[in-house]
Amino acid sequence: MFYLIVILIITGVVLLAAGKRSSAILTALSLAAGVTASSWLALSVLFNKAIPAEINEILTNAGIVCDSLSAVLILIISFTIVSGFIYSIGYLPPYTRNKPELWTKAHYAALFWLYMSMIAVVLFRSGFAFLVAWEIMTISSFILVIYEYDKKGTIQAGINYLVQMHIGMLFILFAFIISSEGSVGVSFDNLQYYFSRHSNWPVFLLFFIGFGLKAGFIFLHTWLPEAHPAAPSHVSGIMSGVMIKLGIYGILRVSISLQGDMYVIGTSLMVFSALTGLFGVMMAILQHDIKRLLAYHSIENIGIIGIGIGLGIFGTATGNTLISVTGYTGAILHTLNHSLFKSLLFFSAGSVTSRLHTRNVEQMGGIMKYMPFTAMAFLIGSVAIAGLPPFNGFISEYLLYFSLFSGIGELEFYPLLIFSLTMVSLVLIGGLAVFCFAKVFSLIFLGQPRNELIESPAEAGRPMLIAKMLPVVPIVIIGVVPVFIVAPLASLTSGIFNQAHLFDTTTLMNPLSYISVGVIVMASVITLLIVLKRINEKRRLPVTGPTWGCGYTAVNSRQQYTAASFTQEYATLVRPVIKNGASHVSFREDEIFPGKRDFHTSSADIIRSKIILRPANLIINLLRRAAVIQTGRLQHYVLYAMLFLVLVFLLTLLEII
Amino acid sequence: MIALGLILLTSLFTAGLIVRVKSIASGRRGPGLFQPLKNIWVLFRKGSVYSEVSGIITRTAPIMVLSALLVASLMVPVAGFPPLISFRADFILFAYLMAFSRFMMIIISFDSGSSFEGMGASREALYGMLIEPALFVLIAGLTVFTGGTSLATIFDLTHREGYSYVFGLIVAYIIGNITVVENSRIPVDDPKTHLELTMIHEVMVLDLSGFNLAVIQLTSLLKFAIFGSLIASAVIPWDLAPAIRIIMFFAVQLLFASAIGMTESFRSRYKMNRNQQYLLTISLISVLFFVIILFTKNIF
Repeated sequence: MFYLIVILIITGVVLLAAGKRSSAILTALSLAAGVTASSWLALSVLFNKAIPAEINEILTNAGIVCDSLSAVLILIISFTIVSGFIYSIGYLPPYTRNKPELWTKAHYAALFWLYMSMIAVVLFRSGFAFLVAWEIMTISSFILVIYEYDKKGTIQAGINYLVQMHIGMLFILFAFIISSEGSVGVSFDNLQYYFSRHSNWPVFLLFFIGFGLKAGFIFLHTWLPEAHPAAPSHVSGIMSGVMIKLGIYGILRVSISLQGDMYVIGTSLMVFSALTGLFGVMMAILQHDIKRLLAYHSIENIGIIGIGIGLGIFGTATGNTLISVTGYTGAILHTLNHSLFKSLLFFSAGSVTSRLHTRNVEQMGGIMKYMPFTAMAFLIGSVAIAGLPPFNGFISEYLLYFSLFSGIGELEFYPLLIFSLTMVSLVLIGGLAVFCFAKVFSLIFLGQPRNELIESPAEAGRPMLIAKMLPVVPIVIIGVVPVFIVAPLASLTSGIFNQAHLFDTTTLMNPLSYISVGVIVMASVITLLIVLKRINEKRRLPVTGPTWGCGYTAVNSRQQYTAASFTQEYATLVRPVIKNGASHVSFREDEIFPGKRDFHTSSADIIRSKIILRPANLIINLLRRAAVIQTGRLQHYVLYAMLFLVLVFLLTLLEII
Repeated sequence: MIALGLILLTSLFTAGLIVRVKSIASGRRGPGLFQPLKNIWVLFRKGSVYSEVSGIITRTAPIMVLSALLVASLMVPVAGFPPLISFRADFILFAYLMAFSRFMMIIISFDSGSSFEGMGASREALYGMLIEPALFVLIAGLTVFTGGTSLATIFDLTHREGYSYVFGLIVAYIIGNITVVENSRIPVDDPKTHLELTMIHEVMVLDLSGFNLAVIQLTSLLKFAIFGSLIASAVIPWDLAPAIRIIMFFAVQLLFASAIGMTESFRSRYKMNRNQQYLLTISLISVLFFVIILFTKNIF
């Protein structure tokens, strides 16, 4: 702990004091050092390599324990931070102009702090050190979020985030304190002892609320859709890709120690996560702000991961190793996958928004012609996040379905009911995600620009393209040859979560190799057809003409299908569940030459307005009433002081105090 | 191998069969059985016309649509003949390949910047999402009933485990309705109309021509055969002699195509805003089937 703080303070001071260029270089160097060291540690744990005794001693003295779960998370975090940092080199310069130089340096310092604290979070077991790292993580990400402090709403979103994170930390603190009973310190290692003697669900619930606030489960998610649009894109990518996953890490870490109540916890976690996923994707479709949309999709994916953890806990509870291992493996794999495609999507979206200076998808269109690589990156990300083959999102969702259907085949009535409902939710989540990403990709990149472009947007710069290339590689590899990653991951999870029964990974290998076969067949069919098409088009050269307009020739780009019209039927369908509306003034009968009209669509996050805004407004109103005594006149304050003295005098006289 | 062969063979003639049934029902002789295939052949030989707006998506995505469906067809059991690829929970890959092809269709329709095609895309996306639970609940029901784990074993074991023909008919009914939606037939969509307010599938391909259009039309033929084969697997017992099963398979395809043709002849399309109810009804029938299965297996 001590070392960490020393390192952070030293690097912070150095980074702030250094010159503009050298500060960036120093950040890169310190990140590189951190990434190398932590990845080395993670890899040696994963491959069972012995760590040199001296280093091991230092680590133990510092309270660092790295098991394979931490190791996996370290690799995920390091990968995303590297691509995020490379991206920021290309992304940030246009925004640094109107900001003090120190602020940009602080931004980079905070990026490094965030990275170190995230690594620390997964390495520390003692509650105190964990919470300090957790707090540093919150504060440094807060600094990152409010980078564009001069933009409307940024500070508010940042403070909203900061407050909610501290409430979450309070819950974790309570949980630690309660569970420390009967031992010296607070630690994750005490949990097993505590859980074996007490009812498990209350403390789990406390942990869940605390970690769930970070992860963004439903009812706890309201900071997410506010903070992501406010933050710069690389920060959104890192936060959504890995930082919220540390909430998932916390839940996983606690669930290792669970001893009882697992049946209840597992099933309720499944239901709750299914709700989270459905809510996230249902809200996402109605968003026209691209980054807010992606933020809601993070909620959806947290729901999918939660379903996996629920399945894992349930499987362990009932002694069904197959359900348990596939559930946990699906959850961890989806954590990895989501960090890949979500950062990819945020990076691509960021390139587009920084060129077009708007986040509203209704004002975009036709960008693929100007930014083909960004468009392809976004397309791959979209297909992956919608859980479609041949990319990685499909593999993790397949594992979850595998687990669910294994349960459906053999369970009794009540768990069967829950499994079926979760399965249907997962199906709906998948369908809605296809709906949403087909829409958003098409609206941003296809067709014609809906607004006249002042200058044709150039393709993103090289650092940004490299940052987008990085996640694409594992996305494709995991999608095409899943065996290589799922097999080690499955034996790893069965080692962590089911020490009693070791899991035979061959059950999973057969299906996964068939998936690879399917994908390879598909690729070869595609190649064959493309060759055929080439031959065909060589014979008869294709010609171009205007888009079919039903005989109408004065088509302009504003008449293209829009996001509001694409989602209109859906919006009407979900209106009972999700508040949304469209308002416009219709034409009068005598209006021969209609004037300009406005059309406005809106959707409200009902949970945010009911759970956060309403109580907050209530408190503000109460305090405003109380503020009557604050008149600002000196005489009144002297009067208050005198009244207080009289009160004290009277109270002592009556021997009350 | 036999399974794939039968599916491909079926896809050659069902579309023509439906047209023929419709013609006879309306008192005409109608075109030959292979007219749709001939039309596709003509399209293959024609050159393409691209919209000025459209880019690489229109040029490549139709191929993806067909390839995804082809891979999906590798997993479909046909009347007791095992499919080429069969593994645990393969129906997930099957359904998600369908979804992949839908995704590609939607982005194709947006690529030309048309003011019409998005309308079809919006409906396709919504209806595709609403119909998916029906298929999955049906499969879940069959999983509970048989304990099978892949499409092939589920449908095979159905006939081994105290199979009742009522079940077969319910399954056939549900899959038939799913086919209607997935293949954009009456009463959800009308494959013949181009009236922009009423159509789904046809409007999405307005700006495709030549090779691309041919590929898309092949896809819908294949899709039809895939669902037809699923229906055949649901109603034909696996333990008959192979020759009899093949004959029964073609009889089922004939019946299926004529059923679709007759429906299209004597039934009008639903109002567009009623379609959602229809889709939810199919899902509910699926749920009902699931509940019945739970009763028969004494799980309640």
